[in-house]
This record gives sequence, structure tokens and C-alpha cells, in this order.
Amino acid sequence: MSSTTAETGPSPTPSRARAGKSPVAPALRRKHRRELRVALAFLSPWLIGFAIFFAYPLISTVYFSFMHYDGYNPPNFVGTKNWTYILTENPYFWTAMRNTLWLVVVMVTLRVIFGLGIGTLITKIKTGAGFFRTAFYLPYLAPPVAATIGFAFLLNPGTGPVNHLLGELGLPQPGWFNDPNWSKPSLVLLALWGIGDLMVIFMAALLDVPTEQYEAASLDGAGPFQRFRYVTLPNIMPIIMFAVVTGVIQTLQYYTQAMVAGQVASGTLSGSGQNYFPGYPGGSTWTVPQLVYNLGFQSNDDIGAACVVSLVLFVLAMAFTSLLMRRRAGLMGDD
Amino acid sequence: MSDTLTLDSAPSTATPAPRTAAHRRAIRQRRLNWIAVHSLGIAAALFFLLPFVFLFLTSLMSDDQSLSANLWPQHWVWSNYVNVFKVPGFTDWWKNSIEYSVLGTVLTVVSSIPPAYALAKFRFPGRRAAMMAVISMMMLPPQVIIVPMYLLWTNQLHLTGTIWPLVIPMAFGDAFSIFLLRQFLLTIPKEYLDAAKVDGCGEWTTLRRVVLPMIKPAVSAVALFQFFYCWNDFFGPQIYLAQNPNAWTVSYGLQTFHSAHHTDWNLTMAATLLVMAPVIIVFFFAQKAFIEGVTLTGVKG
Repeated sequence: MSSTTAETGPSPTPSRARAGKSPVAPALRRKHRRELRVALAFLSPWLIGFAIFFAYPLISTVYFSFMHYDGYNPPNFVGTKNWTYILTENPYFWTAMRNTLWLVVVMVTLRVIFGLGIGTLITKIKTGAGFFRTAFYLPYLAPPVAATIGFAFLLNPGTGPVNHLLGELGLPQPGWFNDPNWSKPSLVLLALWGIGDLMVIFMAALLDVPTEQYEAASLDGAGPFQRFRYVTLPNIMPIIMFAVVTGVIQTLQYYTQAMVAGQVASGTLSGSGQNYFPGYPGGSTWTVPQLVYNLGFQSNDDIGAACVVSLVLFVLAMAFTSLLMRRRAGLMGDD
Repeated sequence: MSDTLTLDSAPSTATPAPRTAAHRRAIRQRRLNWIAVHSLGIAAALFFLLPFVFLFLTSLMSDDQSLSANLWPQHWVWSNYVNVFKVPGFTDWWKNSIEYSVLGTVLTVVSSIPPAYALAKFRFPGRRAAMMAVISMMMLPPQVIIVPMYLLWTNQLHLTGTIWPLVIPMAFGDAFSIFLLRQFLLTIPKEYLDAAKVDGCGEWTTLRRVVLPMIKPAVSAVALFQFFYCWNDFFGPQIYLAQNPNAWTVSYGLQTFHSAHHTDWNLTMAATLLVMAPVIIVFFFAQKAFIEGVTLTGVKG
């Protein structure tokens, strides 16, 4: 597609003055070849990066997924053994898949709804708008490790301020990161705290909705709910889709917060970072990326099995990425 | 509410009395709206800011008090912020984090601008495929390729335990930065570039003299994002630096704080806030560029 634009685009005179093909074509072809050469020169850093840090390791991951390899002894071919091991025998794979899926559904949904709510709220605030915008945005900036440790302290069932306040109010005091039923909801709470990115995106989208449409709807007697349903929502639907799909891809990678929360809440001593066994409490915070780490780097250096989990993650991420490229032609640009 | 609005904006043919009543109703409605919106705003602000306040208060407590459920420090122990640097390794982690973040940011910006320019402004066969490859790289979970990358850096290049496995890839363009810069470059009218070419500039000179000054906001946004990425990175240091505590970054070392050195919550919270500080300070100085960048990733294009 781009090659056709390249041919028809920058050729004003030759195609019109169709005197004879032979005198024009070589000059044009030389021009194209020059253009391609310049483009390659500009792209070269990324092309090298693509080969070394994307294509090579990806092919290598596929290769190792059919090998038995511990990282020291030479790899040997075992067919689909790693695949059947992961899909049928590994005790953590389906737990991790279930947790990741749970997080994808609950976390993404709630983040989009909450982000839309906060984004709407910030467009309505007239007094002190600057203060509110900064206050709402700030938590998004907190480094994930620091934010997670902070929440592990705040939500500490025994000594944390949150349960202290809940106790004063006579409300139930959950176990948060120490209770298998509450650990994932606690991670969702942490994710909602860092809503700043979605707030900004939704705020910009909401301000882009033409005001005439609201006025017209009001003249037709539409109430606030109807205005939201029939004016706001259709206008910002592409942005909601974008937020959902990128949210899904981000949540498939969910790693740091689950790891750190489990580590701090379990009180595991982690001198080299290798001693914490993921999933605390009771396997409730296992996620698929943690299984890659666990199999490849932590437990028994089962590199073949780790690569199988990597590929599962790859297939899931690419499925949603292709959705993003199809649903939002805009991502691809101007052609 | 809807009928007050219609009455308000419709040309009024009614007698003066009901109009003023409607007017008064509209004013009261607007005042109630203001109160509702701002009460919600204050509630939300408490949700977002109180965690910082609690962390700060705890960071100023004495060792013993930080183990209790108290909310308010009995004595304000400001020296916690000095003592936290006496925890073994903490000062080194700062040096490593700054090194990683500065080097990573500079390399990413320098190596991402030319590919972004080519993808936005050149017409060449395979352009669309290249763009799809950039988006795929951008969306790739880092865990997918980590095993072969680790083997490469460890067995072939013997660089694990140093920051180089984290920094060197950034000299070869970062997909997200390329994507963001390209989105911004698309908005620059072709006429500027054509004018430069009429003046006899080659592509490289056009990029340096004409385009670069015009894309400064996008370049600062990319630099900020990358700085934050490096500063916050946990997975990379866990894979490549875990073996060598001297090479740890603050984001990695922080999680060992509470347990490994028998550090109490007060010092842990002081360290946590200190790790947040650079990011928040940088944000306040470059707020505009940053917000523009976030918007650009999602809305434009």
C-alpha cells in the first residue's frame, strides 16, 4: 500500500509527459533507490535494535520451548514435552492464568470507569482546578515499587492506618494483602490510586466533544444522563476502546506490584531477591509474568518451560495488539 | 434541570414574574451543582493525597512508634531522613539509579529521533510493515524475550551485574519513544520540510535545523517518560542486577529495605518518599510537556 503512494506521490511531470518509458523510468527508479537508502540510514539504529532485541530473542524463545535446557549443560531436543508440562502438570500455570485473567477483567474495567469518572469530574471543577488536577495526577507518578510498599504499609492488617481508621469507625477490618480473598482487590485499589494517565486522556477527549452537540441535546430536552449516553459516549468511544485495549496489554504484564506486595506482606527476607516465592498469600497473587521469572530464574532454571509461558504471554499480547491496530486505524498514521 | 436550561436559553415570551422564578431556580441549581462537584472533588483529593500524608507522618516517627498503629508522630524525628542514608547500600543505589536514568534517557532520545522522522515523513516500501513492527515491539511484554536476552548478556557478553544490559539496548531506539515522536511529527506540515529542501538542505540538515526545534515538546515528553521508566524499572534490575547488591538501583533495593536490614517502618517510609521525590520534582518542572505527552499517546494520531 505504501509502495503505491510512493510511486504516485512524488512524480508530477514524468507520468504526465508520457513520451517514452525508457528515458524516464531509470531516473525515477534511481530516485526511489536513493529514498530507500536515506530511509534505511535514518532507521538503522532501530533496525539493529529490532534484530538483536526483538527478532533474535523471539526466535530463540521458540527454539528453547522445544528444548530441555538448564542454562549450563547443552540444550537437547524434547519435542512438545515442555508444552505438555506447562499445560497439564505445572502446579502454578493455571492459577497464574486465572489470576491474570481476573486482573485483566476487573482491573481494566474498574480503571476505565473510574478514569472516566475522575476525568469528567475534573472537567466540571471550576474553583481550584489546577490544585485538583495535580492532586489527582500525582499518585500516577509514584514509582510502582514505592507505591506498592506504601500501600503494603497503609493496608497492614495489624498496624496500618487504614485498618486503624476502619476500627475507629466500627467497620470490618480486612486482611488486605495478607488475605487471599483481599489481595487482588487490594492490588486493584492500588491501580485505581494511580489513575492519572487515564484521567488526562479522558479529560482531553471530553474537552474535544463539540459543545454544540450538548446544546442541541439540551434543547431537545435531554437530561444529564441522556446527554452522557447519546452525546458524550459516542464521541469518546474510540478513546475508551484505546484505554481498554492498552489496559489489557499492560495488565497481561502485571508483575512488579504483585511481586513487591507479596514480598512485603509476607515479610520474606529478600537479600538477593531470589528467596520470595511468588503468589503470597495462598497463590492469590501469582501472575503469568511471575511464572516466567520463577521457572527461568528462580526455582530450577527450567528454561524450556519458562519459554513456553513466555510464548503464551506473547500470543495473548499480540492478539490484543492486532485488535488495537485494526480498531484504531489512527494508530497506524496518515495513510 | 433540563427544563430550567431550556427555559433559560429559549427566547422568553412569558410574563416577568415566572421568568425571574425560573432564573432564581437556575441560579440555585448552579450553586448546588458547584457544591456537589467540589465536594466530590475534595473526597477524591483525600483518596489521592492521604496515602502520601500517612507515609510522611510515619517517616517522622521514632522506631518504636512506627511499629504501633499511631497516626501522628509523638516527636518529629527529622533525623530519620539523615539516618536512612546510613542503611548499607542506599547511597550507592542512588548513584546507580541516576547513572541508569541519565544514560538511558540520553541514549533513547538520540537514537529514537531519526527512525521516528523516517517513519513519519519518508515514503518508502515497507513503511507500513515497519510501523506495525514498532507497535508490536511497544506492546511486547518484557518477560516474553527475557530468557534469551539474559543468556546473551550472561553467557556471551558477561555483563550481568552491571547496568549495561539495561542501558545498551536503549542506544538502538525505543519503540514507545519512536511511536510518540512519530505521532507528533505527523502534525508538522510538509511545507516546512519542502521549504528547507528548496533551500538546499539534505534530510539530515532538515531534521537538525528545521524539525528538531519544532518538536521540542515531544522530545521533552519522551525524555521524561524514559527517565521515569528507568527510575521506576524493577524487572530489569531484578534480572540483571540481583546478583550484585553494589549495582542495585533504588527501585530495586527499596523492596529489600523493610526486611533485609531490620529497618523499621519509619526509615522504610522515609526511603519510599525519597525514591518518589525525584520523579515528582521533575514532574513539577516539566508538567506541561508531560501532560501533552500523555495526551499524545492516547488521543492524537
